[in-house]
Amino acid sequence: MRSPFLRSFRIFFSALIFLCFLVVFSDFKYLIPSKYINLLLSLQFVPSILKFHDLGTLVTAGFSAVLILTIITGRTYCSFLCPLGIVQDISSRIGGRIRKKFRRYGYKRPFTILRYTILALTLAISLIGGVWLLTLLDPYSIFGRSVTYFIKPVVITINNFFAWILEKFDNYSLSHITISGFRLLSYAIPAAFMLLFGLLSFMKGRLYCNMICPVGTLLGLVSKVSLLRIKFDESKCTKCGRCSVGCKSSCIDFIQQKVDVSRCVDCFNCIKICPDKALSYGIVRLKKKEHVVDPDKRKFVAGALAMILGLPGLAKGQDKKTPVPQNASTVPENRTTPVCPPGAGSIEDLKKDCTACSLCITSCPNGVLIPAILQYGIEGMMLPVMDYHKSFCTFNCTRCTEVCPTYALRPLVLEAKKLTQLGKVNFIKDNCIVKTEKTACGACSESCPTKAVYMIPYEGNLLIPETNVNICIGCGHCEFACPTKPYKAIFVDGNPVHQAAEKPAEEKSDIETPVEFPF
Amino acid sequence: MRRRDFIKKSAGAGMVAGAAFSIGGFKSFRAVKENDKYDMVAVMGGNPDAMFDLGIQELGGIGTFVRKGQTVVVKPNIGWDVIPELAANTNPLLVKRIIEHCLKAGTKDVYVFDHTIDNGVNCYKNSGIEKAAKSAGAKVVPAISEKYFQEVEIPGGIKLKKTKVHELILEADVFINVPVLKDHNSTRMTCCLKNMMGVVWDRGFWHANNLNQCIVDYALFHKKPALNIIDCYNVLVKHGPQGVSKADVVQMKSQIITTDWVAGDTAASKMLGVETSRIEYIPMAHKLGLGNMEIDQLNIKRIKM
Repeated sequence: MRSPFLRSFRIFFSALIFLCFLVVFSDFKYLIPSKYINLLLSLQFVPSILKFHDLGTLVTAGFSAVLILTIITGRTYCSFLCPLGIVQDISSRIGGRIRKKFRRYGYKRPFTILRYTILALTLAISLIGGVWLLTLLDPYSIFGRSVTYFIKPVVITINNFFAWILEKFDNYSLSHITISGFRLLSYAIPAAFMLLFGLLSFMKGRLYCNMICPVGTLLGLVSKVSLLRIKFDESKCTKCGRCSVGCKSSCIDFIQQKVDVSRCVDCFNCIKICPDKALSYGIVRLKKKEHVVDPDKRKFVAGALAMILGLPGLAKGQDKKTPVPQNASTVPENRTTPVCPPGAGSIEDLKKDCTACSLCITSCPNGVLIPAILQYGIEGMMLPVMDYHKSFCTFNCTRCTEVCPTYALRPLVLEAKKLTQLGKVNFIKDNCIVKTEKTACGACSESCPTKAVYMIPYEGNLLIPETNVNICIGCGHCEFACPTKPYKAIFVDGNPVHQAAEKPAEEKSDIETPVEFPF
Repeated sequence: MRRRDFIKKSAGAGMVAGAAFSIGGFKSFRAVKENDKYDMVAVMGGNPDAMFDLGIQELGGIGTFVRKGQTVVVKPNIGWDVIPELAANTNPLLVKRIIEHCLKAGTKDVYVFDHTIDNGVNCYKNSGIEKAAKSAGAKVVPAISEKYFQEVEIPGGIKLKKTKVHELILEADVFINVPVLKDHNSTRMTCCLKNMMGVVWDRGFWHANNLNQCIVDYALFHKKPALNIIDCYNVLVKHGPQGVSKADVVQMKSQIITTDWVAGDTAASKMLGVETSRIEYIPMAHKLGLGNMEIDQLNIKRIKM
């Protein structure tokens, strides 16, 4: 195919996908139903591998669809479906507009050693030592973090501006949304990556995708056997070099009339650029000549594929523990464990599957999730952690578990979530207003959805909190509501492994429906 | 002092609407005090909306309290993310009916809001109040951001000297308090006076600085409710103010309408079966002359449907 329509189709399609991703990650009103989010994310390569690893069902095998797509069409994923790839295309376009120099790419040799080392390291570490490197490098997650931490605040600011204008006309249909504060430490890594891929794409096109991105490198390897690819019609080509200059992957060697298929992302720009119509996208007939076999690379591909396909097998041994009821244990007064979000099962499980795409963080209607700094240790940086000083987990909500694309947060039906104990309440009487000030408070108990925190008689007419950890679900509302400073009189200490809370007992009151006014 | 404040305020509001209204506003205030037959109307045995229809009629209709062209704030309790049956929030049917009465009386705009404890968007939705209020023609206003609150001084406040109050409380001409009667875990009851915690931004300050005193301090603020309509249809008698299950709710099918919120709270405490003196803010407010807790002295109309 030589039609310029190919490129227009690519631009249209990727713009649509990009818009969807942008809306999903900056949806500050939490309006998009999670089923649509799941649909959009089902084809994201790394999340779907991780989900498949956990579930092992074919429905979740979006990554195999991507592999098949790559075998047939080459790295179209990188141009059509990868949100980070699309962002980089936008950035390169802006870069090219600003400085003509940036638009002139030209053929460059691949960073073979670097890119394969990164891919190998990512695979090896993911299999042996957890997903932290994958978390750092997964393009979808990098995109998610960038939008959540840097674009969403801009969107909210725009909303607030319009809300302010409408309010002047006595219209309250948009409400002012408070932007959560900027957290330097937890935003440092996302900021660094945004700068890295932003600058590289601004000046060098798809260099990030062809040098660093492990997904790009892996799909590049697969696309070496792809059916459809960009090919030269040697009889028509006048070696003008325009294709090479215009190739953002710097992968067209116009002198040799060869396209490095492992780096080509099928953007179809070259087809449009070529004045001689010498370039086309179609089935390449394999030539008998120059069939050099690199046995190492073959082994690598085979190994990589085997490892990926072997993941579900491994997964069976790592099944999440179902919460089992457990009696209250004596908890130290210090915070020993961070609280991980519902559906995670345990901190260890969260670390195994979460790539810190931040979709749960951006989707949480209560804003209780924040990216971890060192709460989970160095390998758990940027993973979602509950911050009960900032907010609390809404009793009637399972949104984070619904949207998670990697299954790090497993879907919980509401009734199960209401009995999932994320942590246990700890009451520090010596900090409590009722004891220190001898005045009524009860903010913790009033907030408690299960009455795991309840009030008992204290001095005089006063009532003071007491706790029942058996029915505590660790939602953190008590900690959030407690007004003492700087230390709370009540806090939730996380369960490293989530447990099952008991259902609160129901007891009818002896107060009866009145038949006469009592006054 | 406070009456002088009121005159100043109504004159100020009047200047915006036109000088004629300011005198009218003042007169209506006098009229309520002099011609009012009853200090309190208590209704039992009907649905929330029907009880209100009957009760407000005994007080001369809503037109006694709101005037044509005025703006009104109806402040229910929407604090919790629960369904109406769990009775942690004001009954949506009642809120709806009050708004309909106001708009029928020719008020310009009716606003509804509450600074919720649970997630604001969820509370508005799951309480059924947002839908009910909008269908009646009110404007449902957000209170989820500090931006909507303005700092005011509370002259005479002992603990609460300053607080941030929702802008609509300050802007609206009339303010109608629509609490739901509930058990409360630390003050033992929440009703009229305690419902005011939903019009301020920093509730934590109240909890940290003598909750009962702050409740009374806020009651000194000049912008007082013209009317208190207490929803006692479904009453959360334990595990309040949030409740856990339907077992905590007793259906009392009652409603109390009064201009005196201390009297309203006193009557409500009797409905709940709590000794009034144990709800510390009630005797405290009584002593300050914010209302009358000796409800035996009042002229109460009791209606059974």
